[in-house]
Amino acid sequence: MLDYEMSNLRSAEKALERLGGSVAHARKPAEAGEFDALVLPGDGHFGEAMRRLDESGLAALVTDAAASGVPVLGICIGLQVMFEGSEEAPGVPGLGLMSGMVRKLDDAPAKVPHIGWSHVTWDPRCPIAPPDDQPSDFYFLHSYAVQPDDESSVWASADHGSTTFCAVAGKANVIGFQFHPEKSSVAGLDLLERWFGYEDAMVGA
Amino acid sequence: MIRVIPCLDVKDGRVVKGVNFVGLRDAGDPVELAARYDREGADEVVFLDITASHEQRDTIVELARHTAEEVFIPFTIGGGLRSVDDVRAVLAAGADKISINSAAVRDPELISRCADRFGSQCIVVAIDAKRRSDGSGWEVYLNGGRLETGREAVEWAVEAARLGAGELLVTSMDRDGTKDGFDNELLSAIASRVRVPIIASGGAGTLDHFADAALHGHADAVLAASVFHDGVYSVAQVKQAMADAGVPVRHCAPS
Repeated sequence: MLDYEMSNLRSAEKALERLGGSVAHARKPAEAGEFDALVLPGDGHFGEAMRRLDESGLAALVTDAAASGVPVLGICIGLQVMFEGSEEAPGVPGLGLMSGMVRKLDDAPAKVPHIGWSHVTWDPRCPIAPPDDQPSDFYFLHSYAVQPDDESSVWASADHGSTTFCAVAGKANVIGFQFHPEKSSVAGLDLLERWFGYEDAMVGA
Repeated sequence: MIRVIPCLDVKDGRVVKGVNFVGLRDAGDPVELAARYDREGADEVVFLDITASHEQRDTIVELARHTAEEVFIPFTIGGGLRSVDDVRAVLAAGADKISINSAAVRDPELISRCADRFGSQCIVVAIDAKRRSDGSGWEVYLNGGRLETGREAVEWAVEAARLGAGELLVTSMDRDGTKDGFDNELLSAIASRVRVPIIASGGAGTLDHFADAALHGHADAVLAASVFHDGVYSVAQVKQAMADAGVPVRHCAPS
């Protein structure tokens, strides 16, 4: 789990541990050691997140891992930095793991930041979508949302006011949640558990 | 979706009011209670620390740390936070949001200092309001209703939001403890003037009251303490009643 000082990592860490994961923090690449998967947790400002990722060398760790097929999971700002840039920090390049930009949510008629629980609608191509009969409400806390250039990267969507935005973006071994699974009670823990299974399958492959 | 939020009063690390639940190992343990509410379908939990001692900050930091390990819904901690440093300590320990009340009234710029540093989304300003007898709105009170401030609650709400509050927790002192329902007039007066979410507090007594706060008070969330702790209603019952009244709520699989 990358510790780039953007958020408290504790809940995400504890959620993964509860599911049987073994979580280590890395503030720089040397601290990462050997790992089966990378997690970018967080909330905060896109420009600040990228600055810390670049200065610590963690940005290169992520792009290398993603390119070599290691499972990478992003949460909230951890998803946003996977894209090419953000309206929150014009001119600051993102990690570019997926093509597209991060855009500000429309602040009418709904309130921004979007804080609270929203229903998430899954695309069948998402390998870890919950079964149809399971609850699919997740906790969001954000003012920006990713806009993948490639429609096939939109693995789930949600509505805020009259806007539909990308709630889960993915591409092969890379996946990111705009919501906070570690704050989404049973639905979130179940989702992380399915990611574990999927991640195991990829690591084993 | 309208959020349903149980509130736990905590003193010296223990839940203050008796909690009437079957099967709890320790009915005074705030973390176990919060985890229980998580399983019942609560959308968030609020802890209000009323410890009056120099150790207060240490106890709430400890509470935040333990809660973050056991509870997988957002939680807010309020009570006695006076400075950016206090706020930072509680957020760093794992709280999703903090709530400030007296300190914000005494030093409104504290709201902007916290919002600039940590983002508005985690700064809740709590307002305790009581209807003025002359009909000129609502008076803001501190210290559990013992201290008048001379501020009008709707105006204070507008100022708090302008300074960067991400959310307002509005408690009606007139209704608190009465079980007569939320003060929807107060709530809607504030809701019509600010763009930030409003948490309704004070007065929940029947199942209808929760939906009313959303439909008539235009609240974005409803908070209650005793009706949940005393086992009068479960979170699931409240949500079902809200859904039946046409209020959107998060549904959970029964645990």
